[in-house]
Amino acid sequence: MIAIVDYGMGNIFSIRNALEKVGADVKVTSKAEELGNSDGVVIPGVGSFGDAMKQLLPFEEKIGDSIEDGIPFLGICLGMQILFEKSQESKEPGFGIIPGEVIRLPNNVLVPQMGWNEIEIKKGIDLLDGIENGDFFYFVHSYHCVPENREMIIAITEYGTEVVAVINRDNIYAVQFHPEKSGKKGLLILKNFLRSTRC
Amino acid sequence: MLAKRIIPCLDCDLGIPSGRVVKGIEFKQIRYAGIPWELAEKYYLDGADEIVFLDITASSDRRETMVNVIKKTSKNVFIPLTVGGGIKSIEDARSAFNSGADKVTINTAAIENPELINQIADRYGNQACVVAIDAKRRDGWFECSIYGGRKFTGIDAIEWAKEAEERGAGDILLTSMDRDGTYDGFDIELTKAVSERVRIPVIASGGCGNPGHILEVFQKTKAQAALAASIFHYGKYKIGDVKNYLKEHGIHVRL
Repeated sequence: MIAIVDYGMGNIFSIRNALEKVGADVKVTSKAEELGNSDGVVIPGVGSFGDAMKQLLPFEEKIGDSIEDGIPFLGICLGMQILFEKSQESKEPGFGIIPGEVIRLPNNVLVPQMGWNEIEIKKGIDLLDGIENGDFFYFVHSYHCVPENREMIIAITEYGTEVVAVINRDNIYAVQFHPEKSGKKGLLILKNFLRSTRC
Repeated sequence: MLAKRIIPCLDCDLGIPSGRVVKGIEFKQIRYAGIPWELAEKYYLDGADEIVFLDITASSDRRETMVNVIKKTSKNVFIPLTVGGGIKSIEDARSAFNSGADKVTINTAAIENPELINQIADRYGNQACVVAIDAKRRDGWFECSIYGGRKFTGIDAIEWAKEAEERGAGDILLTSMDRDGTYDGFDIELTKAVSERVRIPVIASGGCGNPGHILEVFQKTKAQAALAASIFHYGKYKIGDVKNYLKEHGIHVRL
């Protein structure tokens, strides 16, 4: 069973439908204690960093526990950014699970980045099985992640600067784009994530 | 670099329970084209970058029907869904988002209550708020129309587009009333004028009759997306074929 954390930010409709489409048994939960029984945890997210952190506070400990227990974790968009230590968007600190920060997209491009952009794969991992360099994914964001350890960077895209699109460390996966809105290639990523779980 | 978007538009008559897609000619005559979620899925599989549903019914019990259409569509369509027509308040917008829409497009309500743009953008993000402009050619300017082309406002389309951007719109959906349903091609002058005056993406709409028209609007204007209905509805052109054609002519599209 894959748990989608519903923390009251934006609709979880799309990610739920997409995971179900690739065959996942999905549970949408707003209760932290339910995360322990899941085989995978997904944090979606649209909205602002500060609001998200406030809403996620009750989940912080359980999310940390499930990651330590080796349960595969997928952060999407804002759900990626909150893993970092801090963001220029807010004074609220992030989870700090990943060293690094979240900064605003540069001024030489339109912000938010909104649309289909190509990724460049830096490192092949299971999550990107079947995904090729130059495949397009749907991005909607104004801030982007800068991990201290560049070894974690799995794929990037170009938008005025290098934008980290996919990161991975052990059982933590996170993507800046929206796989649930990125057509067949996006579904493939969700399917690969599902395969990394015991489901 | 962001890809230019190809967006099929489904004009929905929600006067019947399941809803149906129709297509008007110059905002008047109506032809039947199919069931909304079936057509949407077909376009998604053909490579559409986004789908726009526009409710063109005048009835009052349609909100529930549109919610049903979006819910059914979002089960099988995994690209951004935009919903418009009859969204008058933040509550209408919320019900669209809560049923699976990613963006709403507002026209009449935006002109009558511009603050609605700010409200939607503040609550759901700039990307979630598309402002639609139906523009009619006048002597040396373009006039905004509302109520599906039945009422003229005296408002200049370019000035209104700039205000919409300032208020937080994420896209401008720019329809030429003179070209809509004619198959004569997009209004290049209108699209160029607006797309050069705003910094948000402009979606060109109205008049698309063949893939060459889409190429033309991307080559001659700064439009980021092209919206078309008829050329896809009646099976004349497939979205994938149109995108291949654009790519062959040097346009950056997602294949």
